This record gives sequence, structure tokens and C-alpha cells, in this order.
Amino acid sequence: MRELTYREALREALREEMKRDPKVFMMGEEIAEYGGSYKVSQGLLEEFGHERIRNTPLAEAAIAGAALGASLVGMRPVAEIMYIDFSFIAADQIINQIAKLRYMTGGMVKVPMVMRTQGGGGVAAGPHHSQSLEAIFAHIPGLFVVMPSNAYDAKGLLKTSIREDNPVIFIEHKKLYGESCPVPEEEYTIPLGKGDIKREGNDISIITYSRCVNFALEAAEELAKDGVDVEVVDIRTLKPLDEAIILSSVQKTGKAMVVYEACRTGGFGAEIAALIGEKAFDYLDAPIRRVASLDSPVSFNPRQEQYILVNPEKIQAAALEMMGK
Amino acid sequence: MPEIDAAKLKEIYTSMVKIRFFEERAIIEYRKGLPGFIHASIGQEAIPAGVCAFLREDDYTITTHRGHGDIIAKGAQLDRMMAELFAKKTGYCKGKGGSMHIADVDRNILGATGIVGDGIPIAAGVGTALKMQGLDSIMVAFFGDGATNSGAFHEGMGLAAAWYLPVLFVCQNNLYQQSTPTRDYCRLTDIADRAKGYGIPGITVDGNDAIAVAEVAREAIEKCRKGEGPILIVGNTYRTVGHHMGDPGTSYRSKEEVEEWKKKDPIKRLRQQLVQNKMATDAELDEIENNVLRELDEAVKFAQESPEPTPEEALEDIYA
Ligand SMILES: Cc1ncc(C[n+]2csc(CCOP(=O)(O)OP(=O)(O)O)c2C)c(N)n1
Ligand SMILES: [Mg+2]
Repeated sequence: MRELTYREALREALREEMKRDPKVFMMGEEIAEYGGSYKVSQGLLEEFGHERIRNTPLAEAAIAGAALGASLVGMRPVAEIMYIDFSFIAADQIINQIAKLRYMTGGMVKVPMVMRTQGGGGVAAGPHHSQSLEAIFAHIPGLFVVMPSNAYDAKGLLKTSIREDNPVIFIEHKKLYGESCPVPEEEYTIPLGKGDIKREGNDISIITYSRCVNFALEAAEELAKDGVDVEVVDIRTLKPLDEAIILSSVQKTGKAMVVYEACRTGGFGAEIAALIGEKAFDYLDAPIRRVASLDSPVSFNPRQEQYILVNPEKIQAAALEMMGK
Repeated sequence: MPEIDAAKLKEIYTSMVKIRFFEERAIIEYRKGLPGFIHASIGQEAIPAGVCAFLREDDYTITTHRGHGDIIAKGAQLDRMMAELFAKKTGYCKGKGGSMHIADVDRNILGATGIVGDGIPIAAGVGTALKMQGLDSIMVAFFGDGATNSGAFHEGMGLAAAWYLPVLFVCQNNLYQQSTPTRDYCRLTDIADRAKGYGIPGITVDGNDAIAVAEVAREAIEKCRKGEGPILIVGNTYRTVGHHMGDPGTSYRSKEEVEEWKKKDPIKRLRQQLVQNKMATDAELDEIENNVLRELDEAVKFAQESPEPTPEEALEDIYA
């Protein structure tokens, strides 16, 4: 099968959905000629023109609010917030309007829009361009939150998100754009709320998402050498959350580690840990372990950044501890 | 003959050369492997140099992602700035901020933000505090044309105007919001007209003419100090390099356009003006340049030889 990068897979999803449905259009900063800060929309301007690939003013609240408005009257906007760090400027529209309008109107409206953004560290971009803020959006009823870990998932999940009648916060990871994996030529979609076992194992379940899936897989390779058989569960969507896949994996292995790149305190992994505690406690033969980034802004200094952020070595060390090795 | 005396103009020339050479050197070092992003302001130097030349030490500034120039013009040390780009412990922010976040609070340089527009309301707050404390310092906020689209700009400007604050807003209009030309995001042909919406003066100046900038800035600063602020100055200019080091700057503008603007280089222009008006000799200006080059060699050496912060120090400075 051919391989695509995460970036190419996202672009293909956008292209296919724009071709399939004339209501789909994109808006965001520097997405047209420039092709987006991480070049996801490169070439789409040539194909679809300025009418559907719309450069916006630097105005995140307007991007979010306008996407909402357009979604109310027949369009399916895919809005881009260049960095998740800037989404707080749009947060009022996202949290108070986009998430709640359907509810506040007693179900009168649908909000079929996608807010694409990207987060995460690893490129020495400093405290304003490296955050992982998904927990804040996952906290808000009315939003779906999607965080794909590879090109295949990115494409299938983005297509579904665009066809979804609820607002989706679609969070990419800046360190994944260049990563590739096999992606079929044939059309496919991936439902929201379905996790994926990225590696089967019997000793310990690592439940994670986004770039940390790769970290967990790397750690799993190393751990295999020490005779530890790791299962890696990629939840893929934080909301809706595939509880069943998490619980059944933990029931099988009896050990749960939750890994996420956001700061430890209040991260989405804490929610997963609580879920396991509530619904699979009897199956556990060790305390649930969280491996996350330290409670710090992300430093510009690359060594400090590495120190702060989660990485495969930290996962490996924690797993060995859990296994009593 | 310019109204501004030769000594001041040579100060401005020095400041511009410092900015230019600092960034050119930073780019060379970046290509050798500095971390992160660098947004250079090459071509825009006349604006910060012309404005800061009339600020006092007790005046304050804040800037944005493309802030090296604004920070240097207010008097920051090149060695500690360079060390910050090298992510060293001796850098202004101990290596935690990098190019986009340099501050020198001892010199009243309150910092730089990676969130475009965010400095503007902060500037309004500084202006409020200065006024409440009965000080005659002023606050200067530097930002780009793209920032004038942000809610932060409009909200901060509105508040500063409503409260008659001693704030000078300085927009470095390099004609692009990253890649989007002004005409694609704003119906005004003159960004300074945005000031009308807040009932304050908006002045446009040729931002590649250091003398013109200096004249406009001197007057605006005096007015802000007398309680006639806030004022918006828009300097029209151009960055002759890409948005950041990863951007060749070619997908959204033509080579011809860039070449045209290179001809309007503000440093060459000021040199010509100084020499033609017999306010300085070429030899004098060469010497200024050589001194700055030496200072930069030392700055790079300082940065290279400085220690890295330890990983554990990452967890310091989160709370007071
Ligand atoms: C709130 C926010 N939105 C978007 C960005 C991404 N971004 C960084 S610089 C920039 C363009 C800013 O244009 P302008 O204010 O004209 O400054 P210039 O880069 O031209 O100096 C953009 C879109 C950001 N850093 N912050
Ligand atoms: Mg600009």
C-alpha cells in the first residue's frame, strides 16, 4: 500500500470532502497562498480558489464565531486555528457559543463545523507555541475532541469530522506532520468514539493518544526486550470516548498506564485514570500510573523541553517500575 | 536639513546598525543550529530606532514576535539577547523564552509575546498604572499590521483612548500579515485610519525614512507625556526576509517586489542623508558599523561560552 504523511493524509481528506460536498470550505490564517503554517492546505487554493480556501484576518474569535455562523445556515466550515495556544482567543466563541448553541435552543440548530488546530511541543517553539490544551475542550459538553496519532487515522477521522453534525475540535500534533504510514487509495472513514489497539500485549495497557502513541510504541519495543508485553490503546477521540476498548484492555492485562503530553495536573489522562478506577478497579493488580509532562510551561531550551515533556524513556521506566523490574 | 541634530541621528544610525547586524548574525547562527523560530525584522529598523531615540530610560516598551529591533532600540544588551537565542542560562530569560519572548525589565522592556496582539491591552494597563501613580513616563507598544485585526488591538486601543492614557501605539506595517497582504484583510488603505474609530490621532509615516520616523515620534512622545495620548503611529515598511527562517517568503509576494524594497533600505538611506547633509562622514559611519560588528563577535562568543541551564531549572520561575 502507498504511504502518506500525516500532512498529506489530512490534505487528502480535505480535498476529498471539498469535492464531495460543495458546502465544505476552509477558513483560517495563512491557509491559502502560504498553504498553512504546517503546509496542510498547500495546493488547495489552486484547486478550489479563494472562495473556498479563505485567508482570514488575524482574528481568532472571528474565525471561530464566523465558522459557527456559517454552519448555522447551510455550510460546513473547516476553520483553522494555527496553534492551539491561540485557541484561547477563540475560546469564548468555542465554549460559550459553538458548544452550547444547540443545547440553548432546545435542539433547534445543528453546528456542523470542524475547528482544526495543532498542538504539542518538541520543536523549541517556546511557551506560546507548544502547549497541549485538549483537556479544556474535552471538559466542555457539546464539543467532540479528536486527536489522531497517524496518517491513516488522521484522514479517516477528519473525513468523519467534516460530515459530523456536531462541532469537532480536531487537534493535530506538529511533530506528526512528517510521519508516514500506509493509507489506502480507496475511500474510508473512521467513526468518532472508536479507539484502536495499536499493539497487542498481555502485561500492561498503555492508554494514550496523539503523539504519545508513538512514544508508547517505542517504549513497548524496548520493554519487549525486558520481557514486558505491552498493549497500546490509542483512544483517537477524547470525546466521544471509547470506554469499552479501555476497560477491556485493562481487564485483560490488569495494569493500566495512562500517557499524555499535557501537563500532569488536570490532564485528560486523569479522566481516563478515573474511569478505570471507577469501572475496572477489581481487575487491577497495580495502582494506575499516569505518565505525563511536568506541571510547567514548555521551556524554549531544548534540554529543558525534553525534561518537561513526556518521552519514551519515561514511559519505559514507569512500566518497569509497575512490573516490579 | 533635518530638524533633528546630528548626534541624535548618529545615535539612530547606530541603533539601526545594531538591529541589522544582530539579526544577520542571529540568522547565521540559526542556520548553524540554534533552536526554535526566529522572526527577523530586516528592513524595518528605522521604526524602532526612530521611536526609541526619544524615549527616556523610565519609559516602557512591549513588543511582539518580531521584536529584536524594538528591544535593541530600547537599549537591551546584545550579548544577553544572543545568549537567549542560544537558550543559555545567561540569556535574558535564562533560555526559557527564546527569540519571541525577550524582556529586560531593568530597562523597562516589558517583553515580547508570541500571541500576536496581546501586548496592546497590556500596554493599556501599563499606561493606566503610570497615570494612576502620577508618573510622566509613557508606554510604547510595538506590533505589526496583522495585529491590528485582533480583538486585543481594538479592545486595548478602546480602553487606552477612553482613559486618555499615555500610550504610544506603534504599528510596523510591513504590508503583510505573515503572508496575507493588507488589501486582503482590511478595507482601509491607511491602517492609521483605524485610530479614528477610537477618536485618537493616527499618523502614517514612511517607515523606511528614519528621519521622518524620528520627527513624528518625537512629537507624539511629547504629546503622550503631556497627557494628550494615546496616539497611533503607523510606519509603512517591509521585511526583506521571510516571515521566519523556515519561510523563503516567495509564495505570496514577487521577487520584483522584494527587490524594489531592498532598494529602499532604511540604513543606506539614512547614511546617504547624513553624508549629503554633512552631518556625518562615511568614515565615521564605517567606524560605527565596525564597532557594532566587534560587539556582536563578543556577543556570540559570550553566548557560545555561556553555560546551559540545567534541566531541573526548567521548574523554577513558575511561581514567585
Ligand atoms: C494570536 C495569534 N494568531 C496567529 C499567530 C500566528 N502568526 C504569527 S505572526 C503572524 C502574522 C502577524 O502579522 P503582523 O502583525 O503584521 O506582524 P509581522 O509578522 O508582519 O511582523 C501570525 C498570523 C500568532 N502568533 N498569534
Ligand atoms: Mg506585518
